[in-house]
Parts: sequence; structure tokens; C-alpha cells
Amino acid sequence: MIKTALKGSAFTLYSVLAGLFLGLPIFVIFASFLFWDAAIWQHLSSTVLPRYISNSATLAFGVGFGATLIGTYLAWLIVNYDFYGRRLIQWLVLLPLAMPAYIIAYTYTGLLDFAGPLQTLVRDTFALGSQDYWFPEIRSLTGAIVLMSLVLYPYVYILARTAFSEQSQKYREVSELAGVSPLKHFLKVALPLARPAIMTGAALAMMEALADFGTVEYFGVSTFTTGIYRTWFGLGDINAASQLSGFLCLFVFILIMIEKLSRRDSQNYSSRQGKSAQAKKVRGMQSAFLFLLCSLPVTFGFIVPFVQLAIWTFSFSDISSLEDYPEYAMNSAMLAGIGCVVVVTMALLFSYAKRLQPSKTVSGFIQFVSLGYAMPGTVIAIGVLVPLGWLDIKLNMFTNAYFDVQPGLVLSGTIFALIFAYAIRFMSVALNNTEAGIQRIKPSMDEASKVLGDSSIQRLFRIHIPLLKASLLSAALLVFVDILKELPATLVLRPFNFNTLAVKAFELASDERLIDAALPSITIVLVGILPVILLTKTLDGIERKYA
Amino acid sequence: MVRISSVFVLFLLVIFSAHSIAAEVNVYSARKEALIKPILDDFSKETGIKVNLITGGADALISRIQSEGQFSPADVLISTDVGRLVRAKQLGITQVNADDFVVENVPAYLRDEEQHWTALTLRARPIMYAKDRVNPESLSTMQALTDEKWKNRICIRSSNNIYNQSMISGMIQTQGEAKTLAWAKGLVANFARTPKGGDRDQIKAVVAGECDIAIANTYYLAGMLNDEDEATRKTAQQVAVFWPDQETIGAHVNISGVSVAKHAKNLDAAKALIRFMLTDEAQVWYAETNHEYPVKEGIKWSQTLQDMGTFKAQDVSLSKVGETNAKALMLMDSAGWR
Repeated sequence: MIKTALKGSAFTLYSVLAGLFLGLPIFVIFASFLFWDAAIWQHLSSTVLPRYISNSATLAFGVGFGATLIGTYLAWLIVNYDFYGRRLIQWLVLLPLAMPAYIIAYTYTGLLDFAGPLQTLVRDTFALGSQDYWFPEIRSLTGAIVLMSLVLYPYVYILARTAFSEQSQKYREVSELAGVSPLKHFLKVALPLARPAIMTGAALAMMEALADFGTVEYFGVSTFTTGIYRTWFGLGDINAASQLSGFLCLFVFILIMIEKLSRRDSQNYSSRQGKSAQAKKVRGMQSAFLFLLCSLPVTFGFIVPFVQLAIWTFSFSDISSLEDYPEYAMNSAMLAGIGCVVVVTMALLFSYAKRLQPSKTVSGFIQFVSLGYAMPGTVIAIGVLVPLGWLDIKLNMFTNAYFDVQPGLVLSGTIFALIFAYAIRFMSVALNNTEAGIQRIKPSMDEASKVLGDSSIQRLFRIHIPLLKASLLSAALLVFVDILKELPATLVLRPFNFNTLAVKAFELASDERLIDAALPSITIVLVGILPVILLTKTLDGIERKYA
Repeated sequence: MVRISSVFVLFLLVIFSAHSIAAEVNVYSARKEALIKPILDDFSKETGIKVNLITGGADALISRIQSEGQFSPADVLISTDVGRLVRAKQLGITQVNADDFVVENVPAYLRDEEQHWTALTLRARPIMYAKDRVNPESLSTMQALTDEKWKNRICIRSSNNIYNQSMISGMIQTQGEAKTLAWAKGLVANFARTPKGGDRDQIKAVVAGECDIAIANTYYLAGMLNDEDEATRKTAQQVAVFWPDQETIGAHVNISGVSVAKHAKNLDAAKALIRFMLTDEAQVWYAETNHEYPVKEGIKWSQTLQDMGTFKAQDVSLSKVGETNAKALMLMDSAGWR
């Protein structure tokens, strides 16, 4: 008994220590509140702040709603109906994950803008002048919401799909016996059961939307993120910028709380008794309709922009620049690979520590390190630079005193700094997956293994990791793709002469050389597709095992 | 145990430390790699000095140099706007570069009074108009853009953009704050749309008929005129440049420039690199490839720049423009310029 308690506390201790270290950048951000400059805040709140708040809130809730809608209906139809082309759709449906939001924004602008091919065609066909017709403006808040929903719905889809497919077939049979329509069953039974998972996915999509800078900046929508950049770069006030980030964190904190509360009253564990949900065969018109419905999101979220990028790449790219691409792709893949292993391992450690000792301290830390996801990358980068710079300087003093050596910067400007930034930025993504997964494992499992005399480490490897396979994989994939797409922090923290695909794409695009940016963009997408395919396969395999 | 671990730490430090014996120079550049690397490669070829490069946003790089402190590997900081160079100087991360070559080759108004930074290239931000709809006779000064006749006809990018901040900052120097605020309000009232996109987007919007005049940097239009894509070239050909305020203060200009970092370890190489960027061949390359104006007298402009015509530039103190950047941004906030 005592032994297990000690083991538990060792885990707790490790996770708190790791949480403290990870939390450093966030502490740095919050420390800015010690230097309150009333004049700046007076100016901000009387001019731009109301707009930041309303735009950011609209964007977050809009994307949350859009991603939830798309992700949920896709997951439900794909899990429950065996329509023609379902296998193909299953492969395609995750692909928008590989499409960075700022790149989809660039491509659709190129397509739909006033000077783009579509509107020009409309004007030429009907001989209209510039003011004679109405056309939706893609570069607007609404446009940002639509495009971000199209690339962020996979967050909801992955979690919802796992939740739906774990629902026992019995529920549906009971509904059918009781004469409840499929729609009513979905609304009254399936959806409430899957709600925690769906909410988690929605929260992730919302945080991602809140932290986005590239898209809103390009669309001319003033949000918290653009405000942070503007306050820092334009006003040269890094303090007020950090304080704005702090407020953004509070906003996210509220989101996380809402999400946690929604989970609280629904403690359900997946039972592997009886069959998981079985897909129903559909034919003919019904099947065609379902295929069409399920192919819409991927068409607009992936295929259309991908084709446009491909056209730009093949028609305008300078083939001589191709020789550097293997190196960029390797760098990107290496960072994403190391990063996702580190992040997922830590997330598993945190979640397991919480399970062993569901104390307030541990939960508090987990929530604290989750905040990084909603912080713009640049802000995280600053939060990383400060403590690492300090550590480096102290280290040099130490070695100077004892060995008369000054190694210079050991941590800053190295891969370590990048991985550190990714860990704090994307911990939340991994945690949401591991938390959701570990909560679905019945406590009786742990009891049984305790009775059999397993240590907590053995239990982790024998019981939790095998059961969490799907969650860990989803987590690894999401983090991998996120790191691949990450731009601002990578830009600031990377070592000398070190380029990634995202950095290349951004440099060209931000220089308004959109067409030149197509090549690196499409490479990001291609590198991102590999793990997406791997995940699809694995999820499929895991589902079939329990079918 | 302590001894073993300290030896281990030492071993790690030796492995990780980025020291090398060969001559090299570390460049922190806010200029994009494509716009700077060819020059750096030429420099390496000519001198045998290896150039290590990192690119990124100017402010992020400045923060990085700050947090790296005395151990910062940065030797040279390159920026695309005067505001950032002034800020770097104010933060104490640059040093005096009292190189005669710089003094001889760069006009005084394009250098810091205390020689902390120098311009490398010059860019202008004139008015651009649709050839088929706007009579250049109707254009005169920047001030006149607030006239009723331009209602819903002007495109310009967001106030987040540093070029706009510097432009307003320059106006604060020449007109004073109150007048600049009134002007900004008047300009916002004449916007054809909420600001969005970059400078090229403003030019495209003029051609598409969404607005009739735009304010943009010269090298964006020049780049479009020399684009590989024929449609882009055609678009750019429908726009012409108008140089405002030629009778009085001149057109607003900005610079890209360079500073030596305070804790530069490769001081000689850093200075050699700056000298190299001010040689005739480097200045010609800038003018030909990036379509920026050389800072050195007597360097031939690219044909595209020549076609845009010569102009009188403002000789406002660039240091002051950098110093009032924050004021300019607040002023734009108050004017409702998004």
C-alpha cells in the first residue's frame, strides 16, 4: 500500500517538475503583468481593444461551431453507414490537416478575389462593371471562419469518430426496437455519449483559431493575435503585448473550464462488451447522396487548394530551386518527429500521473501547460528565449569559474530551444487525446492490476499503453502535423542556416510572391500526408479489431 | 561522482559549443533569404569568410539578440525598415561602426548621427493610379488625398504594416501631430475598402476597378512589371506612378539598413561585410534584382526604376522617423485606420 502511494507520488513529482519547466515561458508572459502601464491600456481600450475582443470571440466560436458541425456529421456517417466509396472517403477525410490555414487562405484569395479567375469570368461573361454585382468577400471575418473550419474539422472528426465507433451496437438495437428514428437516436443517445470527445475537439479547433496569425493578418481582420504583434512591433511595447497574450490565455482558460465542466457530469467508460457500432449497408441514391455529403469538406478543404497549388507550382516554379528541398523536408520532418515523440511522451506521463493521483496540484499543472496552445507562436518564442538565455548565461559563469571555459550559447538558438517551444505550444493537443483516452479506461482495470501486484510502471506498459494506442497515435499525428506547419516560433528560434518548409513558404508568401510559395506549400502538404495516411490505417485496424 | 559528472558536463559543452577557428560572420537578417543570400554568397567567394545566416522578423531577431546577451553570436543585424534599426540602437544592442568607407559612400541623411546604423538601399512609397481612369493632373500632394473627390477610391494596406507606420511617422515630422491626425481621418474616410493584403494586392485592386489609386512601395510594382507570369506583368502595366509633393517636401522614402551588433565577436568580418554591401557591384545588384534605389551616388538604376522617373525625396531625419513609430501607430488607431 505504502509502496504504491510512494510510486504514485514519484510520478506526481516528475510531472510537477516537468510542468514547472514547461511552464517557464508562460510564467514569463504572466510576469509582464508586474509592469502595468496605464497609458498604453488607456489607449488600447479606447481605440482597438473592443474590436480585438469581439473579432477574436466571433472567430473562435465560429470556427468551433463550423468544425464541430463538419467533424461530427462526417464521423457519424462514416462510422455508421457503409456507402459506396466509404473506404476512399476515410482516406481523404483527414487530409485537410496537412493544409496550413495561412496557405489555404492564400490559395482561396487567389481564386476568389476581385482580380481572381472566378470573378473575372463572371464580369466578362455578363459584361458587368466592378460595382454592378455582389460577390462574397473571402478576405473577411466570415471568410476566415469558413476556411479555418475547413482545415480544423479533423480535430473534431478524429475524437468524434473514436467515440462513436466505441459506442456499443446494443444502443442502436435498443433504439431500433423502440422505434426511434436514426436521427432521433443520434441526437438523443449517440451525441450525448460522444459529447465530451466532441467538445474536446471543438476546444482544440477554437484554440488553434485564436492563436492563428497568418490568416487573419492576410484577411485584414483585427484579432487579439494581430493586436499582440502590432503592440509589440508597432508600439515597441513587449510588455503590453505580453499582457494581451495573458488575457488571451484567460479566454482560453475559460474555454478549458467549460470543456472540463461538460465532461464532469458524464463519466462513461467504454465497455468492450458486445460489439462496437456496426456500419449499415446502404445502396443506390442514398449511397450516392452520402458519398457526396462526405466528400464536400475534403473537396473544399483540401482538393481545390491542392490543385491550385499544383497548377501554380508546375506553371511557374523554378526547377533549379528543387535541389534544396530534400534538406528543408528533412529538417521539417526531423523537428516534427523529435517533437511529437517528446510531446506525446510527456502528455502520457502527465495524464498517467493524474490518474494515479487525481490531486488538484496535478490537474492544475496540466491545465497550466495546456495554455500554450492558444498563444501565438511569437509570444511563446519570447517566453522560451528569456529563460534559456538566462540559463545559458548562468551556465557560462559556472563553467568559467570551474573550468575556465566559455562554451557560449548551449541552449538558445539550438534544436533544443525549438523542441522546448513546440512542447509548450502543442502539449494541449497531445494532452486532450491522452486525457480523453485514459478517462475511457475503466478504473476496475487498474484495480485488477493492483490486486495482481503490478507496479504502476508495469501497469502503464501492460494496460494503459495498449488500450491508449489509438489516442497516442492521434496525438502523435496531430502534433507532428502541427509542428510541420508551425511558423512564428520556428522562425525566431531556429539555428543558423536552418530552414524548414514552413519558413520557406512563408518567406515567399509574405513577400507577396504567392506563386513562388506554392512549391514549399505543396511540399508541406505532401510531407504531412504520410502520417495522415498512417493514422487512417491504424485507426481503421484498431476499429476492426473490436468490430 | 561529482568529478565524473563535471567531466561529462564539460564534454557536452565541448560537443555543443559552436566555436570554430575559420573566419566567419553571423548575420541576423530581417531581409528574406532570397533577397540577401546571393550577395552573401558573393562575399564569401571573394573573401573566404563563411557567412552564417538566420532570417526572421526584425523585432523577433532583436529580442533574440537581447536575450542572448553578451554571448550572442550575432555580428550583423540587417533590417528592412529604419524604425527597427533605431529601436535596436535604443535597446543598446548595436555599436558604433566608424568606418570611413561607409561615411564616404552613404549620404549623411541615410546614416545614424552616431554611426550605429547605415542604409543599404532606398525605397519610395508614392501614389499609384489607374492609367485609364485617373488623370495625373488631378493628383498633387499627399495632403490632397483627403479631398471629397477621392471618396471610395483609395486603397492602402493595414496600419499594422511598418511602411505605413514609417510614412505617418515621417508626416508627423513634417506636418505635426494634429495635422497628421486630421489627414489620416480624411484618408480613412476615402478608403474604398477595409485595408487587406499587401502592397501588390492594392495594385491589383486598382487594376480590377475596386479603387482608383493606391499607395505602395516602388519595388512591388517593379517586381510585378518583371514577373514571370504574363498576366501579372499586364496587370502592372495598367498602373502608373505619381510622385507627390515634388514642389515642396518630396516623396516619402524608407531604407533597408544594417548595424554591427554590440557583442560582435567577428568585428572585422562584420565591417568587411558592410563595406562589401556598399561596393558598386552589390549596389548594382540591389538595383537590378530587387529594384530598390541604391544609396550610393552614381549607381545606375534598373530600367524599370528609370521608367518610373526621378523624384525628389523627403530629407526628414530617419532617426526621428524611427523614434516616433509608436506615436504614429497610436495616431492611426485614433483615426480608425485598421
